[in-house]
Amino acid sequence: MKPSAFDYHAPSSADEVVALLAELGDGAKVLAGGQSLIPMLSLRLASFGHLVDIGRITELAGIEAAPDAVTIGAGTTQAAIETDAAVAAAVPLLARATPLIGHFQIRNRGTLGGSIAHADPAAEYPAVALALDAEIEAMSPAGCRRIPADRVFTGFWSTALEPDELLVRVRFPVWTGRCGFAVREFARRHGDFAVAGAAVAVRLGADDTVERCSIGLIGLGPTPIRATRAEAAATGQRAPIAAADVGALAVADLDQVPSDLHGPAEYRRRVGAVMVARALTAAVAEAADA
Amino acid sequence: MREVTVEITVNGQRRPAAIEPRLTLADFLRERCGLTGTHLGCEHGVCGACTVLLDGAAVRACLAFAVQADGRDVTTIEALAGEDGELSPVQRAFGDAHGLQCGFCTPGFVVSLTAFLRDHPHPSDDDLRAALAGNLCRCTGYQGILRAARLAADAGAGR
Repeated sequence: MKPSAFDYHAPSSADEVVALLAELGDGAKVLAGGQSLIPMLSLRLASFGHLVDIGRITELAGIEAAPDAVTIGAGTTQAAIETDAAVAAAVPLLARATPLIGHFQIRNRGTLGGSIAHADPAAEYPAVALALDAEIEAMSPAGCRRIPADRVFTGFWSTALEPDELLVRVRFPVWTGRCGFAVREFARRHGDFAVAGAAVAVRLGADDTVERCSIGLIGLGPTPIRATRAEAAATGQRAPIAAADVGALAVADLDQVPSDLHGPAEYRRRVGAVMVARALTAAVAEAADA
Repeated sequence: MREVTVEITVNGQRRPAAIEPRLTLADFLRERCGLTGTHLGCEHGVCGACTVLLDGAAVRACLAFAVQADGRDVTTIEALAGEDGELSPVQRAFGDAHGLQCGFCTPGFVVSLTAFLRDHPHPSDDDLRAALAGNLCRCTGYQGILRAARLAADAGAGR
C-alpha cells in the first residue's frame, strides 16, 4: 500500500513541464490532483521513475468565460468548477456533473485536466467533454495543438496525448437558445463510479422540436461514447419525446460493455438505457421551459 | 531516489523535514510528527479516515504526497479542540449523539464535518448525508453519526 520510489519534479511553468516530459520520456508521469494517480501508485498498479507535479503552476488553473465558450485550465480543481457562477450559467452540464465526482474531499484536490487525461470511461468529465464537443489543448515542446473531444479518448485509460504533451486547458462551447442539460447515473453508493450513466444536452426550436441532441454515455465501453444513432433519432422529435425508445437505441449497438462484480454487461446496458431516457426527459423538459 | 526538503506548517507549528517524495502526507503526519490521530484505513482514498485540512480544505491525507504540502498549512484532528482540551462543537456533538463506537473512523468524520459546516452553516439532512458519504464507518450504522452532524449544525458549529 505504499508507492514505489520516484524522483519528484515541481516545475514552475507549463514550458518547463513539457521540456521535462520530453527529457524524461516514458518514465515520467504528470501529477495533477493525484486523486486517481496516487491510488494507482499506492496499489502498485502503476509505477513511474519520475513524477512531474503541476499543482503549483498558477497559469494552468483558472476559468475564462467568453460569449461562445468557457475555457478552463487543466489544473482547475473540481471544487472550483463546482462553485463557479460562470460555469453554472454557461456550461450547465459541466456544473451539474461535478457534484457526482467522488466526494467533496476528492473534488478539493481533483482537477479537470487530471480527469480528462486519466480518461476513465466511467468518469463524468470525459463524457461531458465528449457530449459538448469540447476541445482539448495540448502543449509539447513543438507547440500547442487542439484536439476535438471525439478524438481524445482512444481506449481504456488511454488518450491521444503524446508522452511529451501536457493537457493545458479545455474549451467548452456554450450552447445558446432553448437548451436543457442533464446528467443521470446509477451508482451502488453515493460517490462511487457509476454502473452506467448519461450526460445529455438538447436544444429545442420554437415549435418544441429537438434541433440538436448530444448524448455522452458513461461506463458503457472502454471509453466514453457518443450515442450518435440515438441522437439522430431524438432530433426532429417534438417535446415531450419518446425518451425510452431513444435510450434503448443508445445502447443497442454497444459491443464492449464492461462486465464485473458490480454487474454483467447486459445489466449495465439496461441501466444505461434508463439513464439516457431519464437524462433526456429532464433535458427536454428544461429546454421546453426555457 | 533523491530526498526532498520540505517545510510544512502542521497545527500552527513549522515542521522542516527531509523526506522521500513517495511519503504520503498521512505517513508524514503520523510517523514524522507523531500525530497519530490521523488514521489510515484503506490507504487508497476510499475510507476517508485520514481526512485533514490542507490550507483549510478537507482532503484525504493518503491521496497527497507530503512534498505537495510543502509551504502549506495542515490542520489535523489534534488541533480541533481548544488548548485547554475543550472539545470543538463537532467533537462534542459526536459524543452527545453517540456518533462513534470504536472511534477509528471518527477523526475523518469530525475533520470532514468541521470543514463542511464552515462552508455550509445551514445544511439540510440531505446535504449532511452527501457531505459524509465520503467517510466510511464499520460499526455505527451511520444513524448516530447523522444525528451528531445534525446536532453540530443546529448548535451553530459552522457559524
